[in-house]
Amino acid sequence: MSGIDLNEDKLKALKGIARDLRLDILDMTTKAGSGHPSSSFSAVEILTALFFGGILRYRPDEPWWPERDRFIMSKGHAAPLLYAALARAGYFDRQLLWQLRQIGSPVQGHPIQGMLPGVEATTGSLGQGLSLGLGHILGGRINQLDYQVYVLLGDGECEAGQIWEAAMAAAHFNAHRLTAILDYNKYQETGPISREMALEPLVAKWESFGWGVSEVDGHDIGEIMTVLHEVSNVETKPSIIITHTVKGKGVSFVEQDFTFHGRALKPEQAEKAREEISWQ
Amino acid sequence: MAVGAKAGLHLGAPMRDVFGDALLAVCKENPRVVVLDGDLGNSTKTELVRQNFPERFFNIGIAESNLVGVGAGMAACDLIPWITSFSSFLLCNAYDQIRLAVAMSNLNAKILGSHGGITLGKDGPTQMGIEDLALMGGLPTMTILVPSDSASMHAAVKAATDHVGPVFLRSSRVPMPDIYPAEDTPFEIGKANIVRQGDDLTIIACGLMVGTALDAAIALAEEGLQARVIDLHTLRPLDNEAISAAARQTGAIVTAEEHLLQGGMGSNVARLVAENYPVPMRFVGLGDVYAESADPDDLLEKYRLTAKDIVQAAREVHQAKIGSNL
Ligand SMILES: Cc1ncc(C[n+]2csc(CCOP(=O)(O)OP(=O)(O)O)c2C)c(N)n1
Ligand SMILES: [Mg+2]
Repeated sequence: MSGIDLNEDKLKALKGIARDLRLDILDMTTKAGSGHPSSSFSAVEILTALFFGGILRYRPDEPWWPERDRFIMSKGHAAPLLYAALARAGYFDRQLLWQLRQIGSPVQGHPIQGMLPGVEATTGSLGQGLSLGLGHILGGRINQLDYQVYVLLGDGECEAGQIWEAAMAAAHFNAHRLTAILDYNKYQETGPISREMALEPLVAKWESFGWGVSEVDGHDIGEIMTVLHEVSNVETKPSIIITHTVKGKGVSFVEQDFTFHGRALKPEQAEKAREEISWQ
Repeated sequence: MAVGAKAGLHLGAPMRDVFGDALLAVCKENPRVVVLDGDLGNSTKTELVRQNFPERFFNIGIAESNLVGVGAGMAACDLIPWITSFSSFLLCNAYDQIRLAVAMSNLNAKILGSHGGITLGKDGPTQMGIEDLALMGGLPTMTILVPSDSASMHAAVKAATDHVGPVFLRSSRVPMPDIYPAEDTPFEIGKANIVRQGDDLTIIACGLMVGTALDAAIALAEEGLQARVIDLHTLRPLDNEAISAAARQTGAIVTAEEHLLQGGMGSNVARLVAENYPVPMRFVGLGDVYAESADPDDLLEKYRLTAKDIVQAAREVHQAKIGSNL
C-alpha cells in the first residue's frame, strides 16, 4: 500500500458509502426481522476505510486471490455489515442482501467461510478471529506472501481468553502484518462493559502483551485510514487500533438504548431510522 | 401448524422464559443456589435472578471456560451453581472445564444449555446446539435432562437443583405445547413418562419432539395404528425398564430428537434395545449436516423433524415389525 490520498472529495464520497452501508444494514435486518443492526452500525466507518479507502488489496472477481489482504470479522454478529460491504465491493449481487436469514440463502445470520465470496472465516461464537488471523500470517510466511491481515474485534469479545492467547502468540511470532481493530463501543450484550467486566486499562493490557496500540475516533474515516496506513509500516510487533465508537451509531434511539443489541428495528422504527441516516 | 395442535395441545410460553421463571423459583426456595451468566442473561432469562437476587448473580462475561471453572469452584464451596449460556457456546467452548472441573470432580453443579437444537432459528448454525446431548453423553457422571413442556421444565429445574451431582439441562428458545398439568407434574429423574398408550409401536422422544410425536400418534391412529409415546426427559440415566417394555410390548420403535442422530438420544436407546430385546427401529433427527438461518418452523420442515416425518418412520418400522413376524 502506498501513501493515502485524503482529499475532501474522497472523504465526502467515503461518508456517502458509510451512509449507504447503514441503510443496507437497516433494510437487511428489518426485512429479516432479526439480527444485530446496532453492532453493525458501530463499525461502519471501520469497514468503509478498509474496503473503500484503499487499505485492503482485494479482487472481487478473484475472491480467493492468494495475495489478497485478509479481513476477518471476528465479531460475527456484525455479519450484515460484512455482507453489505462485500456486496458494495462487488463480491456478489446486492440483491442477495435481502435474503439475509432466509431459508436456502447463503446469507447466513453469522458468516460461514466460503459460503459467500469474500467471507474469510466462520464466526459467531466470539473470541476466535484473532487466532485465525495469526494463522493466516504464519501461513503467509510459509507461502512467501506478504499480505496484511485485519481482524475486527468487539470489546465484550475481549473478555474471551482465546483473544489473549492469540495476542500473546502474535507478539511472540512478531506477526507485524496482523492488525486488530477493536470496536470499542463500550457495550456488550447485557449492559455497559464498565458495569459487567473490568476490561480497562485496555491500552496498558495490549502494550504489556507486546502490541503497538493506537487510539482513534472510530467514526472518523480519515483518522482511521491514517492510522491504518501508519501501522502497516510497523515491522516489530502486531498492532491494535482501539477505535472509540458508539453502538448503534447513526440512529439516535438505538444509540441511547443498549437493549437494542440483537434486535432488528420494526418497520415503523426503521422508517424513522432511515430518515435520520439519510441526512448523514 | 404449531407443534401439538393436531393433538389438541396449546403452546406454552417460550421455553427460555419458562426456564427463567423456574430458576427464580428455586432461587427463592434455596438460598444456596447461585447463578452464573455468560453475558446472555437477557436471552436465557437468568436476568430475572439478576433483578431479584443481585448478590447471587454473576455475569462472568463472554468467557465460557472461565464461567464453568468459576462455577465449579463455587460448587466446591457447597453452593449450588447454575452455570448458564447457550448450549453451543457453553459446551463447545468449555468442554474440558466441564469434563474435569465438573464431571470428573463429580461436583454439584448445574449446567443450562439454552437455545438447544435448530429452533434457535435465524441466528443460524454457528449458534445452534445440535451436538450438546452427544457431548454431555461423553461425561459419565453427568445427568442429562431435556424437558418437553412448561410444567416439566419447572419440575426439571427443581429436580436438577435438588439432585446431588452434576446435571445438564437443555432448554430451547421456542414455546412447546403443554403436555402435563401444571400441578403434580410427573417428573422423576431417570423415569420416563408414558404420555400416550398404544401397542402397535412406540415413539420415544425428548424436548420439542414429544409434542410432535403426539401429533404423529393422532395421525397414525387415523390410519389404525396405535402408537405409544414416551417422553424420555432423562437421557442419563436411561430408563431401561420403560425402553425394554416398549420393545417387548410394541415390537417397533421410532425415536425422535432435535439433535444430531450421531451420538444422540436415539443411538443410546438403540444400544439398550439391541442389548435387551432387539426390535425394528427408525430414527428421526438430524443427519450429518449443519442447518441454516431460517424461521424455526421452516427449519423443522426442511430438516425433517415434523409429525409427517415421524409418521413416515412409524409406517416403515411397523411394516418391518409385521415382516419380521411372518
Ligand atoms: C462465545 C460466545 N458467547 C456468547 C455469545 C453471545 N453474544 C453474541 S454478541 C454478544 C455481545 C458482544 O459484545 P461486543 O463484543 O462488545 O460486540 P458489540 O455487539 O458491542 O459490537 C454476546 C454475548 C457469542 N456469540 N459467543
Ligand atoms: Mg461492544
